[in-house]
Amino acid sequence: MKELVVLSGKGGTGKTSLVASFAALAKNAILADCDVDAPDLCIILSPKMLEIKDFIGGKKARIMHGHCTACGKCEELCRFDAIFYDGPGNGMQDKTFRIDQQACEGCGVCAWFCEEHAIEFKEVVNGKLFISNTRFGELVHAQLGIAEENSGKLVTLVKEKAKEIGESKKSDLLIVDGSPGIGCPVIASTSGANLLLVVTEPTLSGIHDMERVLHLGKHFNIPSAICINKWDLNEEMSGKIEEIASRNGSKIVGKIKYDRVVIKAQVNKLSVVEYTDDGVAKDIKKVWSNVRTLLS
Amino acid sequence: MKIAVASGKGGTGKTTVATNFALALSRNRDDVGYFDCDVEEPNGHIFLKPQIIKRNSVFLPVPEVDQDLCTLCGKCSEICQYSAIVQLGQKILVFPEMCSGCGGCLWVCPEKAISEINREIGKLENGKSGNIKFVHGILNVGQTRAPPVIKAVKEEIVKDSISIIDAPPGTSCPVIESIKGVDFVVLVTEPTPFGLSDLRLTVEMLSKLKIPFGVLINRYDIGNNEVSRFCSGRNIRLLSKIPDDIRIAKSYSKGEMIISVIPEYEKVFNNLYNEIIEELSR
Repeated sequence: MKELVVLSGKGGTGKTSLVASFAALAKNAILADCDVDAPDLCIILSPKMLEIKDFIGGKKARIMHGHCTACGKCEELCRFDAIFYDGPGNGMQDKTFRIDQQACEGCGVCAWFCEEHAIEFKEVVNGKLFISNTRFGELVHAQLGIAEENSGKLVTLVKEKAKEIGESKKSDLLIVDGSPGIGCPVIASTSGANLLLVVTEPTLSGIHDMERVLHLGKHFNIPSAICINKWDLNEEMSGKIEEIASRNGSKIVGKIKYDRVVIKAQVNKLSVVEYTDDGVAKDIKKVWSNVRTLLS
Repeated sequence: MKIAVASGKGGTGKTTVATNFALALSRNRDDVGYFDCDVEEPNGHIFLKPQIIKRNSVFLPVPEVDQDLCTLCGKCSEICQYSAIVQLGQKILVFPEMCSGCGGCLWVCPEKAISEINREIGKLENGKSGNIKFVHGILNVGQTRAPPVIKAVKEEIVKDSISIIDAPPGTSCPVIESIKGVDFVVLVTEPTPFGLSDLRLTVEMLSKLKIPFGVLINRYDIGNNEVSRFCSGRNIRLLSKIPDDIRIAKSYSKGEMIISVIPEYEKVFNNLYNEIIEELSR
């Protein structure tokens, strides 16, 4: 099974809209939404959830205030500024220490060194994993809990699950909708990829961010291809993108023109290629056929 | 006052709003700072074109094991929650990319065989754009941990000034680090199903963190009116609306400041400040 990961660096360049169209055009592909922070692919695919699983991202520390002697050792050791001297009193102490659950990195150092054994260090559920059915086949997606961490781990889990299903169904392609940026969740989504499709736009920001994703691809030895979305918004910048692509050895798999029909399709909860046949849909179909060629 | 500009969805116009807001404010006062916390993909410099005065590295400590002192007791790998230090055969191996820099292995080692070395994970640049103090962080390509770089950016904030913080997209740790301790968050969204879905998540996040906020709808004349309905239903203040103006898109693509190219928009950002002050005194 081949693996296509759609990225952009900069947000809002059209990753999810493009992946939804790919889902409609592909036959026998498995889909994975690896933007676990702000998953939107499900809005277009209207999935029927078959299975929901809790995601345990790691552990978090919590002070049992009744046992705290307010010695301050935990605060001294914590490198994440997660411990505050404003917890409730307990008869022995007027105030105790408190761990800010959002700031806690789950390193467990405070719990290990607390002489009173007053800190519990337990696994926490910080997200959900969904396996769903859609009109285009199976979709594995997730939702990280609000203000939670370990998005990279959840992304890895989404991909593992998608691969497992893909292999059992003998799918020939896994299409991954990535998240913006180049950090932890993006790096997790690229592992094992055969091709990174970088969706960019002809703006200085789009180019700047695309170059960082291309650099990331090089860093991990994964080939990249580029799709220029809304290319006609600034033809000069589109030309620059083509220059950078050839310098980088990345193929331009297509240019998609700017068309408000893309938003209309989204409002109607349809992929662009389902909503319309001409113009922008033709551009997308061309991108898809070029991507398929590159993957085979 | 610290004001963060954030959004769940990427590409809604955070940087456009944050940079133009900073510029509009700076025309009436000299204590404005712009802090780009989108360290994975910082873009503010493209628009504010700062003169960089100071460059620093951002480091994270990683353990180094003195194999001569090590007795292979295994305590270090036992305390490590990130599988960053493991015993393989007769050797302790460190995986720097996995390390959170918590220091646990260093303190738990009974032989004092572990010391720390600094590993560069990003860069910090300090400068000036006109009379605006400009700071941004840049995560090194291939590094996973954005929060320590964001923290370094925020340490440059000057007390008793007006600081505009440009946050990364999403709702997870880099965003939390960026908006921690701010007085107000401007949520930038667009009136589309994706925009609304991500706005809901961000609103939930801010309610959980108890930070006051309001919404700015960018390109308000595309999509549908579900975002406005959501805001009025939740009693969320609509701070401002910006139209889908082709002149904005064109100037954005070239890295130009909207209020310099299309001066009529300056009042939008001055009004934004007034709206924030009113919302905070509500």
